[in-house]
Amino acid sequence: MRTADIVCGVLLVVVGVVVVVEGLRLGIGWSTDGPQPGFFVFYLGVALLIASAAIVLLTLRRGAVQRPFVASGQFRPVVQVFLPATFMVVLTGFVGLYVSGAVYLAAYMRWIGRHSWALILVVSIGIPVLTFLIFEVWFLVPLPKGPLETRLGY
Amino acid sequence: MGGIENLLLGFQVAITPYNLAVAVVGIVLGTIIGVLPGLGGANGVAILLPLTFTMPPTSAIILLTSIYWGALFGGAITSILFNIPGEPWSVATTLDGYPLAKQGKGAQALTAAFTSSFVGALFAIILVSFFALPLAELALKFGPPEFFAIQLLTFSSFIGLGGGSPLKSFVSIVLGFILGAVGLDVVTGRLRLTFGSIELMRGMSFIVAVIGLFGLGEIFLTVEEGLRFRGVTPRVRFKDMVATWRELLGYWRTFLRGSIIGFWMGFKPGGATPASFMSYGFARRFSRHPEKFGTGVLEGVVAPETAAHSAGVAAMLPMITLGIPGSPTAAVMLGGLLIWGLQPGPMLFVEKPEFVWGLIASMYTGNVIGVLVVLFFVPAFASILRIPFAILVPLIVFVCAIGAYTVSNSMLDIWFMMGFGVLGYVFKKLDYPLAPLVLALVLGDMAESALRQSLIMSQGSVLIFLQRPIAAVITVAALALFALPVLGPLLRRPRLRPSEATRT
Repeated sequence: MRTADIVCGVLLVVVGVVVVVEGLRLGIGWSTDGPQPGFFVFYLGVALLIASAAIVLLTLRRGAVQRPFVASGQFRPVVQVFLPATFMVVLTGFVGLYVSGAVYLAAYMRWIGRHSWALILVVSIGIPVLTFLIFEVWFLVPLPKGPLETRLGY
Repeated sequence: MGGIENLLLGFQVAITPYNLAVAVVGIVLGTIIGVLPGLGGANGVAILLPLTFTMPPTSAIILLTSIYWGALFGGAITSILFNIPGEPWSVATTLDGYPLAKQGKGAQALTAAFTSSFVGALFAIILVSFFALPLAELALKFGPPEFFAIQLLTFSSFIGLGGGSPLKSFVSIVLGFILGAVGLDVVTGRLRLTFGSIELMRGMSFIVAVIGLFGLGEIFLTVEEGLRFRGVTPRVRFKDMVATWRELLGYWRTFLRGSIIGFWMGFKPGGATPASFMSYGFARRFSRHPEKFGTGVLEGVVAPETAAHSAGVAAMLPMITLGIPGSPTAAVMLGGLLIWGLQPGPMLFVEKPEFVWGLIASMYTGNVIGVLVVLFFVPAFASILRIPFAILVPLIVFVCAIGAYTVSNSMLDIWFMMGFGVLGYVFKKLDYPLAPLVLALVLGDMAESALRQSLIMSQGSVLIFLQRPIAAVITVAALALFALPVLGPLLRRPRLRPSEATRT
């Protein structure tokens, strides 16, 4: 917990430094039409830098670890959600959201839930088809499509 | 025109068959969203926002507010039956609601929760109906310094009243403003914090941030607890309802106290959660049998639910009158107004009275429909959580991805959503509050231009915020709230802190 707090705080300090540099690049002074564009950004960066540095220092001084950031065994399910989700987003770039969603639903149901193939087929095909009807057909909101949809004429 | 006439005009808008149907659909969707883990009021509204682009603005806002009411009701269902607070302000409801459900009194607990939600909401709506117009008229006199002072007050209340670490709340606010500054500078047209990326020019969409922070982040937290829900399914029979209502009459003090606390806290940002805990704390304090709290007493359900709903409604008041949202959900609705081409703020009362009063009237109709729908269909909503987890989780992630993409048809937004999901998870674990980050992200541009215009008016002197009477009062109040964490230990108020309650 303590380590996580410190790592997070240090990362925020780094963000603060980047923002301060960007503010300086844009100018923090006064031009003919009021404050320059970097003015607000610069002070935000300074504030972030000071506040997160203070968090890091206070955490360092506090000592003693109270509880872990993630209890052992609890992190596995989180990764099991995160990795397939990332994979789905990558896949979306190639085959569109409907197909990648179907693959993702099917894979997750099989891998984590160990559901029967019949149920997997119904859900993983039914949900994207329903989504397609709602978004593309009824509300005319386009979602990312791939070769399959093109072949079907959309 | 008087207030009553305006309200009647609003009812003419809200009680058309189409708008009533929209409200029913919104309530049902909202309750489902409130029941599902990872989907709450804010991101539920965010995901469905793109579907409203083709609707008339008044019907669109009625749909979104109905989803909000539904989500508030849905949160109570999961807290009582499954001990899972769907929203942060339902945490206090679990304290007595779940023990009641385990004793087989689920029906009573649910009836009490829905009734108190309704009473709290109604109380707040009546106040909103009366205060909206005077407040908007006052706000019409505001210039940039007054608006900036109000923004200052908005954020100071997170630090002064938010509970938890003030330093971390501050970091959240600043980070939100920084993310909000990404993209085109509204005043000079220069690119800021884009680091050469063309896609970043559009800026960071707060809707995507809400979906990531509250949706994905919440899913990560939920799966940590294990992949199963255990709960009780009750049937709410009419007999139980009547018996509960009779018992509830005796708790009128708790209702009144909860409504007032809720409205007072909810009017200021981030108020619903502390309001529910404060109301619970007060109910226990004034109770004749405080030791029974936590073991399953109806009062322990009534107090937080009344306050949470009253606060939820009160959060809409600053949004419609000042254009400053009181909660993340209100912030998303504000984003909706901008997308539909309406400028939020006091001018709305002058330019679009049918929109504003239609919205206020729909709060009455929405809550009446809401309480009826949830009372009669509780088992149906509760059965949603019987769907296996391995289907629910990917389904919610899929829906979140769709929501993020449809905001501006951009693949990059789905990646941002993933990033915000991780950020939400880490921040939640480290006790950084998320609501101020979202509000800062929404208000960033407005706050910055108000600040810059004020400084132009004063030739660069910050004293302008203390020289104009209205601005001065608000600024001093804001500074006092900023200082509260330092002075706090000296005048600590009796209330249960959310972080302590969740751990017991």
